[in-house]
Amino acid sequence: MRLVGLYLALFAFWLLMSGHYEPLIVGFGVVSCAAAVYIARRKDIVDHENLSWYLKPKLPFYWLWLLGQILKANFDVATRCVLPGNRIDPCVFRTPANQDTSVGVVTYANSITLTPGTVSMQTWDHEIRVHALTHDGARDVLGGAMDGRVCRVEGHTKDGAEDGP
Amino acid sequence: MMFAAAMAGVLAAMALTLVRGLLGPTVFDRVLALNTFGTVTVLAIAVLGFLMGRPQFLDIALLYALINFVGTIAILKYLQYGDLGASGREADTGEADISGSGG
Amino acid sequence: MALVVDIASWLCLVAGALLCLAGGIGMIRFPDVYARSHAAGVIDTGGALFILFGLALQAGFSLVTVKLAIIGLLLFFTCPTATHALVKGALAGGLKPLCRELDADEAAGMADEAQR
Repeated sequence: MRLVGLYLALFAFWLLMSGHYEPLIVGFGVVSCAAAVYIARRKDIVDHENLSWYLKPKLPFYWLWLLGQILKANFDVATRCVLPGNRIDPCVFRTPANQDTSVGVVTYANSITLTPGTVSMQTWDHEIRVHALTHDGARDVLGGAMDGRVCRVEGHTKDGAEDGP
Repeated sequence: MMFAAAMAGVLAAMALTLVRGLLGPTVFDRVLALNTFGTVTVLAIAVLGFLMGRPQFLDIALLYALINFVGTIAILKYLQYGDLGASGREADTGEADISGSGG
Repeated sequence: MALVVDIASWLCLVAGALLCLAGGIGMIRFPDVYARSHAAGVIDTGGALFILFGLALQAGFSLVTVKLAIIGLLLFFTCPTATHALVKGALAGGLKPLCRELDADEAAGMADEAQR
């Protein structure tokens, strides 16, 4: 079932990329997608993916919020890059990651890295070591707003309580 | 005209990252510069496609983005393990010591 | 209408070019590889986002826009992964950041400050 889904997704992507619809070319697409699915099956990676995580209903809203954060942080770091004088006071710290699944922790760590001004350096099961360009940026991460939002995408608050849709 | 303006900014960023790559001082600075240079190159190819009126260039940009990522990861893996075939699972949980260099 | 789209795309492209430039300047100015990775982050996210969005506005609704969106999505998934791998590699390679690590009490204090 998952293999069929993978095949259809790959083939849709292939059609989107090629933009040619002659029988010969589409035939090539059919064969190459089949080969890709066969290799994925051989490598035994299909059933271990956490695809369902990316189908959570709240994820698009989280991405929109993240986009806003990224724009704000971009402006902040860009000004610190350009303006004269030393405008950085970096620090390293550890922050808790309260997500249940590894995909949740990875999403949180990637969101930290994606926001300029903070980079995740190391991850453990429920903790992330972060390098921040400024103490203000560190305060934003330690405040836990992003942590809580990724948790709510998973369907619970960061203290572990259930959170309705 | 507007594509030319964007191209100028992108080319300047390419030059600056290239300078950082040449200056070093550590190998990780060079890899960082390489990775960023790749990202800027993707943007440059995309803008160039519009500048020359040939959006087919986007396919090349997409491919370059893929290769850039895989290449960066391959270099880092080689640096860390000295072996591109290493599984990398054993050495993952180590506690790096970062104290002792107050600044 | 076309004029509005043109102006918006101008603004996006110029903003993207300026962010790329700022990131490049940061790459030169910042003192160590960890600080430079933040400057690289500006290019990877802000610069890419604005330039690709500006190009998409010029392309209108077509296959080209879909490809631009795929490039953007790819960059937004791979760039943080590559940066994280790089920083982790630098840490494992014994490169010490030019700053100290906050201990648990300081971190908790800053978390309290942020929540107030």
